[in-house]
Amino acid sequence: MTRRPHRFLRRAVLSLALPMLLFVLLVATGHAQSSAFDRPPAPVTNVALKDAPDDAGGAITISWTLSPDDAGGAMDVIGYDVRRSTSPDGPFQTVKSVPRGSSEAADETDLDSDVNYFYRVVVKDAKGEAPSVVAGPVQAKVQWFNLGRLNTLIATIIYITLLLYFIFHAKKGKKLFIRRLAGLDALDEAVGRATEMGKPILYVPGISQISDVATIASINILSGVARTVAEYNTRVIVPNYDPIVMTVAQEVVREGFLAAGKPDAYDEHDVFYVTTNQFAFVAAVDGIMVREKPATNLFIGMFFAESLILAETGASTGAIQIAGTDAVAQIPFFIAACDYTLIGEELYAASAYLSRAPLLLGSLKGQDWMKICLIGCIAVGVVTLLFGIESFRDFFETPLMIFRQ
Amino acid sequence: MSLELFGTWLAALLTLCIFSFLYKDNPFYKFAEHLFVGVSAGYWLCYNYWNMVKPNLIDNLEAHNWEYLLPLILSAFMLMRLIPKVGWLSRWAIAFMIGSGAGLMIITYLQSNFLEQIKSTLVSLDPTGLPWYVVLNSFLIFVGVVSGLVYFFFSKAHTGVTGGVARVGVVFLMVCFGASFGYTVMARISLLIGRMYFLLHDWLGLV
Repeated sequence: MTRRPHRFLRRAVLSLALPMLLFVLLVATGHAQSSAFDRPPAPVTNVALKDAPDDAGGAITISWTLSPDDAGGAMDVIGYDVRRSTSPDGPFQTVKSVPRGSSEAADETDLDSDVNYFYRVVVKDAKGEAPSVVAGPVQAKVQWFNLGRLNTLIATIIYITLLLYFIFHAKKGKKLFIRRLAGLDALDEAVGRATEMGKPILYVPGISQISDVATIASINILSGVARTVAEYNTRVIVPNYDPIVMTVAQEVVREGFLAAGKPDAYDEHDVFYVTTNQFAFVAAVDGIMVREKPATNLFIGMFFAESLILAETGASTGAIQIAGTDAVAQIPFFIAACDYTLIGEELYAASAYLSRAPLLLGSLKGQDWMKICLIGCIAVGVVTLLFGIESFRDFFETPLMIFRQ
Repeated sequence: MSLELFGTWLAALLTLCIFSFLYKDNPFYKFAEHLFVGVSAGYWLCYNYWNMVKPNLIDNLEAHNWEYLLPLILSAFMLMRLIPKVGWLSRWAIAFMIGSGAGLMIITYLQSNFLEQIKSTLVSLDPTGLPWYVVLNSFLIFVGVVSGLVYFFFSKAHTGVTGGVARVGVVFLMVCFGASFGYTVMARISLLIGRMYFLLHDWLGLV
């Protein structure tokens, strides 16, 4: 009986003391928080500046240790301003703003090479801001090499070595085999048909510029076609989208007629400029097809949305049609509406096959060997991945990291 | 009649002139075709002057950037074609353009067609922990790329094993072209819808 009041007393003390203790803790924490919210955030420390690697000198990387009020503390940081000046005394201008939690930023705003820059990182919250100490100087320097493109350099060296090797062999007179292409077999037949029918041949060298590889290949094929056409005493009509391509096409066709021993048969008005507007060009070529009724239409080069309009109109006139392009989206339309289609790289092979020029034959062989390298790399990569080795694949993704490791 | 309304009527009538080609070649189509070609050629002449020649050449020469005399000289060489005796000078300008264009493209092609191709094809065929369809997809990518490359190998005739692999490559290519055909046709249909909408809404106000 004597122990009961004691137990009651202990319970009463505990039931009063616990809420009081909680109250004291809450008041103390609230006071601490309110005082942390009332003052500006603590500034960042360890501001480090670094010229961005592998660039043309237009970037500086700034890194810092987060403000104590961002990583913990009041946790009320809004973000950071990176401010720059050409003098340690300022004035500093904001060049980059990053959100809270960021400890790095790249300044790429109007930086000149070989100029000293000073930075300070300003941390901000709702109550104010706090700048870091001034860091610097640093310069944005131009790098000679972009190590991120190391794999491109290696591939370029291998490719050019292969090209030079095979061109050298072709020039020495070594026979280089190239398989026959179905579209090319039809070319002679198509020219012969035009001669028999007494109708012209229409040659459209695409609607791209002369720097386009497909246009260059098309011009090479035009050279061979012009020679054959001249030998057969047939007329070739070459409407052009680009004035420079027209200039080159005129030269090539003239030389073709010259090589066939019929320079007088060349009419420069048959190789002409139409317009540099895609669908106006198509309207004009469609008009030529229905009025001149060429026996053969050759669409060889780079084409875009006009491919099906051209090929369908040509098919409606009953002409034999041979197309060739490396524009992947247009190949299906040519396959659907033309008699023969040179798909993608067959276009380049055709120009080498027709001209038999050592330069083109050698470069085609070089490309074939690059394809073997490609297949080899893919096979090795897939096998190494099967065994869990990822460094081979990484070389094609981030050669820079491997190089630095 | 306001200028805007006149423009709508003109555009609508020219659209119908072009559409008349679906029946057969006729004077309306010829008129629209010649007008389109002439206007566009004139437009591109002005466009090229104000967007190419003036900012890239004239403005730079006015700012005493004398290195731009080189393109000016090459441009003048192109015009030498009009004088037969010195017409050969135009070949220098052409050679410069083709050579520099092809040289620059080598790097781009190696980057996008060679290295990116390898990178995208290096897929894991290890079935551990992966759904079967992901592994099958990776396998198809691997087989498709390798057989496609064999099809475009020109140094060997397509006979025997090479021919068999090349035929597999052709199947992959045709599936790819079929998908591309369907996708592009949808885009062309949307162009036709746009034109029909112009006729029926902007011009006739029927829809």
